[in-house]
Amino acid sequence: MIAALASIGRNAQAPYSDLLATESDAAGHDLLVALSVAGFAMMNVMLLSVSVWSGAEASTREFLHWVSAAIALPAVAFSARSFFRAGLRALRSGQLNMDVPIAVAIALAAGMSLYETAYGGQHAYFDAALSLTFFLLLGRYLDHRTRLAARSAAKELSALEASTAVRLTDDKDEIVDAEDLKPGDRVRVAPGMRLPVDGVVETEIGDLDRSHLTGEALPETIRAGDLVESGAMVLTAPLIIRATAVGADTSLRSMAEMVSAAEAGRAKYATLADRAAKIYAPAVHILALAAFLYWMLATGDTRNAVSVAVAVLIITCPCALALAAPAVATAAAGALFRQGLLLKRGDALERLAEVDTVVFDKTGTLTSGEPRLVARPDDEALALAAALAQASAHPFSKAIRRAAEVNSLSLPKLSDLKELPGSGVQATWSGKLVRLGSTEWTDASERNGAAAWLQIGLDQPVKFDFEETLRAGVLPLVAGLLADGIDVKIMTGDAKTAALKIADQLGIADVRSDLKPEDKVEHLTNLKNEGRRVLMIGDGLNDAAALNTAHVSIAPASALDCARAASDIVLLGDDLRPVISAMKTSRAAQRRIIENFSIAIGYNLIAVPIALVGAATPLIAVLAMSLSSISVSLNAIRGVR
Amino acid sequence: MTILLLLVPVAVFLGFAGLAAFLWALRSGQFEDAERQGWRVLIDDDDPD
Repeated sequence: MIAALASIGRNAQAPYSDLLATESDAAGHDLLVALSVAGFAMMNVMLLSVSVWSGAEASTREFLHWVSAAIALPAVAFSARSFFRAGLRALRSGQLNMDVPIAVAIALAAGMSLYETAYGGQHAYFDAALSLTFFLLLGRYLDHRTRLAARSAAKELSALEASTAVRLTDDKDEIVDAEDLKPGDRVRVAPGMRLPVDGVVETEIGDLDRSHLTGEALPETIRAGDLVESGAMVLTAPLIIRATAVGADTSLRSMAEMVSAAEAGRAKYATLADRAAKIYAPAVHILALAAFLYWMLATGDTRNAVSVAVAVLIITCPCALALAAPAVATAAAGALFRQGLLLKRGDALERLAEVDTVVFDKTGTLTSGEPRLVARPDDEALALAAALAQASAHPFSKAIRRAAEVNSLSLPKLSDLKELPGSGVQATWSGKLVRLGSTEWTDASERNGAAAWLQIGLDQPVKFDFEETLRAGVLPLVAGLLADGIDVKIMTGDAKTAALKIADQLGIADVRSDLKPEDKVEHLTNLKNEGRRVLMIGDGLNDAAALNTAHVSIAPASALDCARAASDIVLLGDDLRPVISAMKTSRAAQRRIIENFSIAIGYNLIAVPIALVGAATPLIAVLAMSLSSISVSLNAIRGVR
Repeated sequence: MTILLLLVPVAVFLGFAGLAAFLWALRSGQFEDAERQGWRVLIDDDDPD
């Protein structure tokens, strides 16, 4: 299907078979089971509570309470066990997180209700304990949904390692494990294979794809004596290499180490909800404890004092924090998905909202990575060049073939077609030698890098000029970012002239070129130390470590698996424009979360004083909690744009 | 009020029936990855017959 679309000039990408793979999501499954048990138990107990509230007397009420207890206690014990466990863990390490007030409130509400039931009391909070559990589990489940399994980019990178190699010895060639190679060994690497070692080239001439280091799609010509790095892919002709570094010392391995160091060094990001919980949890505990002590001392009635404290805990329970933030994140993630972005990490949305600097990789990100033919000779020459280009996988050859196809030219017949490493393609055409290739090889007069030349016989060569094509949506994206007052930079592994040309077209002033992967990381770390929040957009292997270092990162759909694994957000389409609307959405989501906190605090301001004076019946407590939960959830899903 | 002795068990039974139905749906995979099925039409089969 992708091939069919490509043939009509549409660039299609497989929709993330990797991200959409059905992994058995055990944690999500457990959450759903707990949620459903809490939900159905809550419905039942609430129905029973309605009878109590509508004025059941003495023995009837007691009977209804016992039935509620029989349903609620096992349900709470089952559904809320994750809160109890997490709360206990936090207490053991001497911290107060959101789980502590939740666990305390649920346990106290259930325990006190049981006590009241046993002694024939009027009020039981079984429904409150269950609805608390239900709403909080709902928040937990939404939160879980926004977190897709994050895969390790370092692992993707190690997939590039060649596992076996052909070692040349004096008498024979043998296939050995790449791990068994030693420095000084000579290995032969066939076209299409990646180098297993760092080493020195012994073959006279060859072509190498070093895009994993430079991000550059154009092959490089290498000659005997050149140093080459493991992970580079051999093109055209086989290469013989004398190993200088093997196994753990290769440059590919050290790059994988750098990526995994960046992955591990990524500070755990404290979301708005985390930061709010830090203040909220102790405040709630102190309030409930103060209410308990006051009533205890003022009236000496322990039962009543506990009841007031429970009412305070139930009403203040951080539903808004635990439910509102995940609900907004889910709604915003849905909105982003419709705009064409897939959030891979739950906190990426909040990180994105804080961005003040955007760093682009050039090749494959700002540009499509495929050169386009801009200046060409007449149709006959183009058809001949396209016929020659069939023998080569060089991006220039592909561009020439595409141009011929677009003009529906019929290609002439050639004989003795062959590709010469480092030079080009040659063949015989109606008795004459025809050649398509580099400037040096075809004796072209002009010395200009990014061009191919066609020479017929001994005629003057004719020129094919190429230009990098900008990716769709790049111009409006950069213009929009600059208009928003965001600092835009380019960091590329490509040479300076090519980088400046693109920067000029886009109006970007800050360009760094000739960067190795570790240089990109260093620049980003410097920016971070200056206090900037950087959004990195990149697609190549050489960007993986940088994507992990940046505050938040985006990879386009065409990016390599490794870069997609390293980034927080993946674009689903070819167009980069959704980035700008995504930033707007993330800021709107941030505002919505704060709005929800205000709503929740508003409810508390009304309901907490009622509870403190001891006037809160279970009915009021449940109503206040449910109303605030429902209104923040509705506010959360009210279209985030 | 003896009617409660009939109605309460009926209500509880219906609740359990609902829960059982949901758990069955969950176990048969109806909530797993609602997204992928929509995309699947675009992914080529490995071996088209």
